[in-house]
This record gives sequence, structure tokens and C-alpha cells, in this order.
Amino acid sequence: MSFTRLFRSGQLGAGLAALLLAAFFAAAPASAQSVNPTAQSVKEEQLLQALKPGEQLSGRISIPDPKAASLIQSGRDWRAFNQETLHSLGTWSVLGMVALLAAFYVFRGKIRIDAGPSRQRILRFNTVERFAHWLSAVSFIILAITGANVTFGKLLLAPVMGPEAFAAWAQYAKYIHNYVGFAFMAGVLLVFLVWVKDNLPNAVDMRWFAAGGGLLSKGSHPPAKRFNGGQKIVFWSVVIGGFLLSLSGWYLLFPYSTTLADVQWHATIHGVTAFVMIALMLAHAYIGSIGMEGAFDAMGSGEVDLNWAKEHHSLWVEEEMKKGTLAPHAAGQPAE
Amino acid sequence: MARMKFLCDADRCIECNACVTACKNEHEVPWGINRRRVVTINDGKPGERSVSMACMHCTDAPCASVCPVSCFYTTADAVVLHSKDLCIGCGYCFYACPFGAPQYPKTGNFGSRGKMDKCTYCAGGPEADNTSAELEKYGRNRLAEGKLPLCAEMCSTKALLAGDGDIIASIYKERVAKRGYGSGAWGWKVAYKETIAI
Repeated sequence: MSFTRLFRSGQLGAGLAALLLAAFFAAAPASAQSVNPTAQSVKEEQLLQALKPGEQLSGRISIPDPKAASLIQSGRDWRAFNQETLHSLGTWSVLGMVALLAAFYVFRGKIRIDAGPSRQRILRFNTVERFAHWLSAVSFIILAITGANVTFGKLLLAPVMGPEAFAAWAQYAKYIHNYVGFAFMAGVLLVFLVWVKDNLPNAVDMRWFAAGGGLLSKGSHPPAKRFNGGQKIVFWSVVIGGFLLSLSGWYLLFPYSTTLADVQWHATIHGVTAFVMIALMLAHAYIGSIGMEGAFDAMGSGEVDLNWAKEHHSLWVEEEMKKGTLAPHAAGQPAE
Repeated sequence: MARMKFLCDADRCIECNACVTACKNEHEVPWGINRRRVVTINDGKPGERSVSMACMHCTDAPCASVCPVSCFYTTADAVVLHSKDLCIGCGYCFYACPFGAPQYPKTGNFGSRGKMDKCTYCAGGPEADNTSAELEKYGRNRLAEGKLPLCAEMCSTKALLAGDGDIIASIYKERVAKRGYGSGAWGWKVAYKETIAI
């Protein structure tokens, strides 16, 4: 049968198929029938088992979002951190510190100026220093409230406010948190710049710590320069904690600039640092206000009582005396 | 009630992305948001497989657990949905989600997240079924019309299965038994803490 006749008889299809089939079986190796190449594939179970913690099962994706190529992240570590670890850390750090301060107040009482107020004032913090302090302090309080709302709001506020009102508040709290964060970053930077020179650790601090800072016994006043050992701890905690909060917060503000695993880390660092800082700042605020007579003036008017200064920062007062900066204030007559 | 699940039979998926397209079209999902996507594992190598992935509507969903405003809820069909009225766009659900399901329009501060959007299993949101308010925020509510998710309904190779977990698991098991192989029920172990023995 010729091809011309095939065309004519309309048997082309059948003829071609027969030809192709013959060619295929002649070319294929005999073993091909026993192996199914499509059966050998990647298996989800094996891939998941091979993953290390924090790794993701990923592949290739055709949509223009390379991060969507991650198929499965098997760990639930971040959830456990967020719902368990952070809840206990936040609860115990804040309540623990409040209890500690309450106990301290009961046993030690308000720390008085032993020599009594002198009526003479000495400038402790100038306007720039007080601005740096209050910029950090006010923004920190706002950030602490709006931030803790993310962790504890649904447990404490939502049952009282109802879901709609709470969500509306949480939305505003998030906006406030995002914008006030920049004020806090500026405040911490300023705090670092104005006070770093007075906060380098030295031997005087060792003696201050050895004497327990004079906190535990009445009438004990270990010498200190402009900042004592305890204040230096607060300073460096603010600088380091503030830096960690700023850096991790920055990544949370711009979440598309890094990977999911990194953002989880930033959220973890942000939460842990925040609650440690809140506990520390509670102690700082206590001793700077109701815990010690005369202490608030340093950040209020900026001028402290000379007797307070002599008791708590003896070496600093001596330095100021030598410089002669004390004179105009010390000579000032009581306004009567 | 049924326990609704997705199952992607990767041995059948041909990465045509029709599920992705159908989803975007059905719900008029904006640019930059993909409720469903297809990921190819071991691309170009022997044994490569493509998996169509969206929200898996997890048992004990991590997104719901970490949400600071509790905007998630689970329907009687075990579909995990959320309220865009409550969502504050914090991104926590995305941090916790094993499948990268939560998506965000970049309308937040500094171009960050707006209100979260994700696969609704074609079941809308908290608004009344098939209202225009529901359509605008969450897309079509096919479940309320007695229909299954469109992505699975129109899958050309029937790789993507949607429906009651027991039924789609038995279909998959039958396929695996008949053809003699299967790459696994992708995501099931992570989402439902159980998998299909093959």
C-alpha cells in the first residue's frame, strides 16, 4: 500500500499511528516497562524531617514575590513564645517589680535627706539634659502602654471594652506606637550623647556596689560622682535596651525588608527587651519620685537641694565646688 | 458538620496556576495579594513536584492564637475566617502562620501592612452571607451557595481537592493505592497534626 493510496482511502490516521507505535517499541529499552519515572518524587515527609529549626520548606514560584516561594515553616516556636513565654515574662517582670518595690517601701520607707533640706540649690541637670530625659521617658511610657496592649490587651481590656471598641483602640494604639517610636529613638540617642561621658564605669562604682548603694541601711551614703553605680546600670540599660528596641522595632515597621525568620527574631527581641525595660523603669521611676526625698527635683526643676547632693553624689559636689559653678546658686537668698 | 480541608495531590499538579487565577478573579483580589500560590519543589530536577498552597484552615490555628485583637473565628465547617473590621494589620498572624497565608495590602504606615487578607475557603466573612459588604471585604461566599472553593472545583487535573477531610483523604488514598505512589498530603501534618498514611 503506497502513501498516495493511504491519503485517498482515508486511512492516514490509522497508518501513521501504526508506524509511530512500531518506531517507539523498537527504540525503547526493554527495562522501561518495569520502572515508572513519575513515581520517584520528592516526599513531603522526608523534606520536613530534613529541615533544621527555623528553616522553611521552599521551592520556586512564578508570581513576582520571591518570599512566597516558602511553602511550609514547620516550627510553632514563635507562637509558643508569643503566647506563653512572653505572657509569663511580662506578668512576672512587671508584677514582680511592683511587689519588690512595695516591699522595699514598707521596710525601708521613703529615703529622707538625713541632714534635712538646706534651702541651698545646685544645678544638677540643664535644660538639654532634662529634655533628653523627658523625651525618652514620655515616649517610653506611651510605647510601653500601647505595646503591652498588643500582648495583654486582649486578656485585660477586651473583656471590659468589647471586641469592637478594643479593636478600634488597638488600631490607634498601633499608629501611636509606630510614630512615637521615632521620638523614643531620638530621645535615647540624645541621652547617650549628653551623659555617656559621666557614665563610664570606675573604681568608685565598685565601692558603691560593695556598700549596697546605701539603699538598705539608713545613714549609709557611699561616695559617688555625677552618677552612682546604680544609675550607670540604668544608663547602659537604656542605651543598650533602647538600641535593641529601636533596631528590632525598625524591622517591624518595615516588615518587607527582611525574611520571615528574621522578623520573628525581631518580634522576639522587641518583646523580651520591652518587658525587661518596663520592669527596670518602674524601679527607676520609684527611686526618682516617691522612693527618695529630693530626687525628683533633679529632673523637675533641674536644681537639687545641696544636702541631698552632698549625701548622694559627694564627689560630684566637690568637683562642682572646685569649678566654682556652685557659687551663684549657693549664694542665692531664700525668697522671703 | 463537615471538617473542611484542602489537599493538593502534588503528583497530579501541573503548575498551571489556574487555581491562583481563578481565586484572584472570583474574589477580585487586588494586586500584590495572593490568597493561593503554586510552589515547585526541586524545580528542574528529577522528581520535582508542584504544590498549590493557601490557608490550610488549621486545627488550633496559630494565627488565631497570636492575634492581639482576637479577630479570627472558626466556622461550624472548621473554616478559619477573620474580621477585617477588627484586624489592625499588626502582622502577627503572618509571623505565626506555617503556610505564609496571611496577605496584606501595603496601605499601612510607611507602606507597611493594611488589613489582612487571606483565603476564606470561599466562605466570606462575619457579615451576612452573600451581602455586598461581605463581597467587598472577603469576596464570594460559595460555601453559602452550596458550592466548594473555586480553586479546587476548576482544577484541570483534579490535583487540588477541597471538601470534608475524611472524604478527600479517602479519595487521595484510593489514588495512591491505584497508581502505587504519592508524595504526601502536603501541609497536613503541620496544619491538622495528622497525615494520610501512604
